Amino acid sequence: MTGFYTLFYKEWLRFWKVKVQTILAPVLTALLYLLVFAHTLRSHAEVYPGVEYTAFLVPGLAMMAVLQNAFANSSSSLMQSKMTGNIVFVLLPPLSHREFFLAYLLAAMARGLVVGAGVFVAAMAFVDVPLANPGWALAHAIAGSGFMGALGVIAGIQSDKVDQLAAFQNFIILPLTFLSGVFYSIHSLPPFWQTFSHFNPIFYMIDGFRYGFFGQADVSPWLSLTIVTSSFLALSLLTFLLIRSGYKLRH
Amino acid sequence: MTPAIQVDRVSKSFGGVQALGGVSLEVQQGEFFGLLGPNGAGKTTLISIIAGLTRATGGTTRVMGHDVVEDYRAARRALGVVPQELVFDPFFTVREALQIQSGYYGIRDNDAWIEEVIEHLDLTSKADTNMRALSGGMKRRVLVGQALVHKPPVIVLDEPTAGVDVELRQALWRFIRRLNRDGHTIVLTTHYLEEAEALCGRIAMLKQGQIVALDTTRNLLNRHSGCYVVLRVEPDRLPDALAAHVTERLEGGAYRLALKNYDEVENLMATLRAAGIKVHEMEVMQPDLEEVFVQIMQKAGTVNGKP
Repeated sequence: MTGFYTLFYKEWLRFWKVKVQTILAPVLTALLYLLVFAHTLRSHAEVYPGVEYTAFLVPGLAMMAVLQNAFANSSSSLMQSKMTGNIVFVLLPPLSHREFFLAYLLAAMARGLVVGAGVFVAAMAFVDVPLANPGWALAHAIAGSGFMGALGVIAGIQSDKVDQLAAFQNFIILPLTFLSGVFYSIHSLPPFWQTFSHFNPIFYMIDGFRYGFFGQADVSPWLSLTIVTSSFLALSLLTFLLIRSGYKLRH
Repeated sequence: MTPAIQVDRVSKSFGGVQALGGVSLEVQQGEFFGLLGPNGAGKTTLISIIAGLTRATGGTTRVMGHDVVEDYRAARRALGVVPQELVFDPFFTVREALQIQSGYYGIRDNDAWIEEVIEHLDLTSKADTNMRALSGGMKRRVLVGQALVHKPPVIVLDEPTAGVDVELRQALWRFIRRLNRDGHTIVLTTHYLEEAEALCGRIAMLKQGQIVALDTTRNLLNRHSGCYVVLRVEPDRLPDALAAHVTERLEGGAYRLALKNYDEVENLMATLRAAGIKVHEMEVMQPDLEEVFVQIMQKAGTVNGKP
């Protein structure tokens, strides 16, 4: 237990000690999106009846920040440790596979949730956003950040170079988060892309999260939560097995 | 008594390239054991397998009786490793790095021992300095400290003195000798053979992933190559009968001769006297580990049928 707690604490300190870069910068980026998109699109779009586009945008941006930062935390931490070689400090001690996995996972979730909360609080200063069912929002944020944190562990273990991780981030994570209904309701999309969105787990994370604010969404929040939670659990199992196998860590 | 380290027919291949080919050795508790060999002989691979950083392709490895794969938590708790690379975590100070490392081993209130380690490694003035700001020698000390936070019975040092200045090297050896006297088993790899000769009670020599010698340091020194004689004579020439023994003409005109054993010293003197040559200066020397090492490596030149 002490081993897990220490590794979690170390992973927490790792991003907390550089919070300008790991927390404030992504909050500011989200606010800039809010400013630009709200300004250009406000008059054109009303996604849900009675919900202003600016308000619609806030939960999407907050969740996008949660997801991207959860992924960034575990993936860059593992990758940097492998590159610099200081990964031996966590490979030499008697940490169990479960402790190892949970520490990286929970630290990633913590970073995602802290940044997401930051985006939400900062946006509140400019926009009035209702909070209809906070429980739904929280459940989706937790399961969603867990999914991305686990994915980050896989990407971090898999990548041997900064380049490979950047490719993972820019060609997979970024498009999936951008094309998941952060900026629009998928009902506004042509049928092909609507169908396509239903295969993107991140769409359900954002949609279910948004339900927590407006009490309405593109699909049922039960469906979203079921899909997000089961994806999270399945990916966690896969990640755990990968760690246990020693793949690329104890080669 | 359970051996500190048991390596049984351990082999390791990296994508078809064999790094270790069935290595077996045992290190008893309390030993100061040396692992020598040229670069690429498999020393670091063997250490990585013992430490659980690498998984062997075949064979079994135990630390204090615990299998490093099946019972990895107990095995790792018994082992402290100082890695060869100068690695550090740039986010932390020296004290934080040691506290965190201690936490990984599940030890909470460890501050008294951590302060002791800091003091013994002469890190007191740097205890609250960020790791990034330390010199290479200082980082090396912290690595030693990190390997000791959990008071492991077995300590493995992979070339701990590579690129370290004389003063630190001596301080480091004093400290490690003390640990050995206190009952810790020490396994050491080094390229400095005089260090190994002075410190290690027993030595294994590796070449191309095979053990080519495994014996006490004393036996290794005795077993091979008799002795050396350094001579200065007048007139400054040697009888033809001795020419085959000369290995080197030293600066200042001295001859260096290799003899099979000490009995030959007598014959040497007799030959010189018969030739009317007067001995000015004479020194009989034991071969050092470096010579033994070179001999063994040359003899083992055809391991696996490869040159």
